[in-house]
Amino acid sequence: MTFELAKRNVRLHLFRSILAAIGIIIGVVAITSMGMLGGALEQSVSDELMNMGNSIIITPAGPSTGEQKAGIEEKDIRQIKLITGRHPTIAFYNTYDQIKVGDNRRYVSMYGVDPAELPSITTLVSGRYVSGTEGVMIGQSLARQYNLKEGNFITIGIGSREQRLRVVGILENTGFSGGIQTDNAVIGSERWYESKYGGRGKYDQVVITVEDLDEIDRIKDQIEARLNRREDVVNIMDFRAMISSIQDAIGQISLFVIAIGGISLLVAAVSILNVMLISVNERIKEIGILRSIGTQKGDISKMFLYEATILGLIGSICGGVMSLIGGGLLILLIMQDIKYLMTLNTVFTIIYGMCIGIAICIAAGVYPAHRAAQMNPIDALSND
Amino acid sequence: MEKCIRLEDVKRIYQMEAGDVYALNGVTLDIGVGDFVAIMGASGSGKTTLLNQIGCLDQPTSGNLFIEGKNTRELPDSEMTDLRRDAIGFIFQKFNLIPLLTAFENVEYPLILKTGARDSTGRPAELLRLVGLDGGHIHHTPNQLSGGQQQRVAIARALANDPRILLCDEPTGNLDSKTGQQIMDILTDLNGQGKTIVMVTHSDEIASFADRIITIRDGVIQ
Repeated sequence: MTFELAKRNVRLHLFRSILAAIGIIIGVVAITSMGMLGGALEQSVSDELMNMGNSIIITPAGPSTGEQKAGIEEKDIRQIKLITGRHPTIAFYNTYDQIKVGDNRRYVSMYGVDPAELPSITTLVSGRYVSGTEGVMIGQSLARQYNLKEGNFITIGIGSREQRLRVVGILENTGFSGGIQTDNAVIGSERWYESKYGGRGKYDQVVITVEDLDEIDRIKDQIEARLNRREDVVNIMDFRAMISSIQDAIGQISLFVIAIGGISLLVAAVSILNVMLISVNERIKEIGILRSIGTQKGDISKMFLYEATILGLIGSICGGVMSLIGGGLLILLIMQDIKYLMTLNTVFTIIYGMCIGIAICIAAGVYPAHRAAQMNPIDALSND
Repeated sequence: MEKCIRLEDVKRIYQMEAGDVYALNGVTLDIGVGDFVAIMGASGSGKTTLLNQIGCLDQPTSGNLFIEGKNTRELPDSEMTDLRRDAIGFIFQKFNLIPLLTAFENVEYPLILKTGARDSTGRPAELLRLVGLDGGHIHHTPNQLSGGQQQRVAIARALANDPRILLCDEPTGNLDSKTGQQIMDILTDLNGQGKTIVMVTHSDEIASFADRIITIRDGVIQ
């Protein structure tokens, strides 16, 4: 019956109750949609970084000088391949150079890769893979920027070194990966690269894709022991530490954003507290009657806590539903990809947000409920 | 005669900045089972304080007050509350019904307090019929009922847990004389059925329904 009384009081003061619930709705929507956005960001960055998480990158230890190009030599690569065994290991050339399309010029990455290895590390969007020196491939972003298609020509290099080449294929963007980053790059065969930039047999990078993350340390240690025995020939690095610190940073940012959203929930809690205190003050006489006919203090408390819970439930459920819409819009607006909405993280975030909303309402009801229960029945009865 | 209410030198002192106020100053009183007692006195004489003491809404500052053998001065709040629920029925001048509940639910409420469940025995409707209220009225909320009807509901509510004591504070004070007469008839009937009734009033006419009149002045029984 105390629950019934609470319910009826909410209904009796419907407008006031709705206003209080709206506060909670806004608060829940704020923290939940921020939480959803943070989770989606973390997920999308993780997806991007995942590609490089299992890569080991080997680069030459010494710098290139004017005469002598630094590079990883064939014999070192053979040693590395002996250690890595079944794990795909690819060596390639890499530099920067200018390209010209029409009147537009810009610097981009140039890659020289063994054509046989290309299909295993890149995905073709259109056209075909290069096989020799007949042309180059370009990344999707670059193609989009200059509106290039297979069959078009681009000019690579400056002045006397200028070379006009046909684009034979467009490669899908790899994003920020450990190995080749195709997005804004020109990719050609090893033979083409050697003929243009020289440095034959001195590779700029070796990428090992380790299938089992637990093996990364073993492989790194063995390469270190074999190649850098006398002097440092190569630098060996992997991205696990970097990925985890990036994820930590994003986690902290989203926590901060949620905390800002939490302020609105705090404001809502104050409004619930206010509504509950008004409710207690309005019902002093009723409290006196209930106490005089034998209602225990605990039941009086419960009546007001129920009222706060009802407001919290209504506010949180509406807030949960609305944050699915709000969070979805936010994700769509910022990330332009709705797939990050329909994740387990979203479900948990909404449930958390709703629970926090309800908990805050109940917490806001504790003091008014206590005050109501502690009222002297005689004083309460004489209140008009 | 079996006693159901016993006061032994009961004092109720309010501590004020200007000094102590003796609302009750050494009241000794015995009320037997089935008595109909009227308490009279001027405003501020202490008659309502006395009724609140008997009604377990308050505890004496000193002295002893026994309700059905229990010394209220030694009872914790929860047991005082239980005593109000089970042994005492209150009837107030301003009816004091719960505005959110219907007449039926107002009468049902004390039963729920006792049993923890909604009524399935039909007792609330039976009690309402007993005090002359039936039909559609029992599903009206207090503000849809006349004063007389509200006081009937209040009497039915007071009877819900079949208490042995009924405490009435100016039960006809807010009613016209005809309705007041009807309410007094109901109370007299209930007294006839064995209920102990303690009634505060300042009307000689209403007091005449009682078989014993106590006059109180400055917290002392005259």
